[in-house]
Amino acid sequence: MADIQVEEKNKGGKKKPKKGDARVDMTPMVDLMSLLITFFMLTAAFSKPKVMEIILPEKVRKNEKVEPPKIADSRTLNIILGPDDKVYWYPGKADPEVTILQETDFSATGIRQVLLDRNRALFRKIDQFEKDVISGKINIKQDSMRNAISQLKKDDDTGPIVLIKAYKTSKYRNFVDIIDEMSIVGIARYIFTDIDWVEEKLVVDAINRAEATPSGSAQ
Amino acid sequence: MPKIKLGAKSPRIDMTPMVDLFTLLLTFFILTATFRPTESAPVDTPFSVSEKPMMDANVMTVLIAKDNRVFFNVDNGPDTILKFRPKILAEMGKRYNIEFTDDELRLFERTGTAVGVPIQDMKKYLAAKDSDERTALEKGIPIDSVDNQLALWILFSRQINPAVDAMIKGDADVDFPIVREVLDILQDKNVNRFNLITSLRAVEVTEEQIAE
Repeated sequence: MADIQVEEKNKGGKKKPKKGDARVDMTPMVDLMSLLITFFMLTAAFSKPKVMEIILPEKVRKNEKVEPPKIADSRTLNIILGPDDKVYWYPGKADPEVTILQETDFSATGIRQVLLDRNRALFRKIDQFEKDVISGKINIKQDSMRNAISQLKKDDDTGPIVLIKAYKTSKYRNFVDIIDEMSIVGIARYIFTDIDWVEEKLVVDAINRAEATPSGSAQ
Repeated sequence: MPKIKLGAKSPRIDMTPMVDLFTLLLTFFILTATFRPTESAPVDTPFSVSEKPMMDANVMTVLIAKDNRVFFNVDNGPDTILKFRPKILAEMGKRYNIEFTDDELRLFERTGTAVGVPIQDMKKYLAAKDSDERTALEKGIPIDSVDNQLALWILFSRQINPAVDAMIKGDADVDFPIVREVLDILQDKNVNRFNLITSLRAVEVTEEQIAE
């Protein structure tokens, strides 16, 4: 196709010998094209950012009276996002006299371990289910797998109910991280709420305590 | 034995089909490639394990830059036939008694960047000649209760395109209270579903952690 047709209308039967080669060398063109294709393919595949979906409960209007849902103290776990990527947590209800905030961080042995300790039963169930699907023990479609997992979460009644609160100096990153942690550990019920004054006071106390007793590394 | 005669053909390979195929692929990728408009402010998104890709169309994005400036963008993606952007701007203008000319509306439609100017400066912003002039005007959209323009942008976006989804693209180092404020504004306008734009990171929970 790319050859330039050498004249063939020799009517007299006189055959002309081919003069040289009329082909065009296409190698550089192919080189350039493969380069461009690679570039466009990679940019097409990797430029998509990811999104994390969150759904917040509808706001309660001021003139509406809605009873807050009753939840068992024994199952609640309060997480407060603190300054400097710190996380504070305490179980149950805040009592300014008794409650002491536990301090931890976002590492794999930090808040994840705390959550995992409380959510082990459900996490195992989901983990086992996923393994069974991968190994082919349970034959299920991709779409219904998601539904099945959310059903597992819905049926769960042992895992913690996590209340997430943010102290005023926390960063957006902490917020994303903690919600991320929820999906990693497979927490069925978590909610983001406003911090109240008792908890704010507790956080201030915890920060002051940390400053008063410098950690062992400061020797 | 008869000798196997090698043809007098040249040992070159005919690259024509290859070139044909490559041109086809190249054309395809060039045409499908979407060039993202340059962001008004650099935003380093935080990481998450979420693998859901971002939607192309029917999204409104609230950008929160490092310096707490708030930007707003309506990205109706490929379907510019519907022309949401100029309609929303016209509505905003009506609310603030600013008449935008057709040229200005068209210019606004063409620029895909996020809005970061108070509506009062919009005319100046659209008339700006270069990017320096434009960045000087980008003070961020006012979100305080005195003049909550972000709420109006959200309101009009939802009125004009009811199928719109809310996205929040915040910088990882933004203080949380400002994000909370944006979430509150969105919730005031009955948006309770958000998509936080994040970058992908892989996290595994190890066996020991489960067993402990």
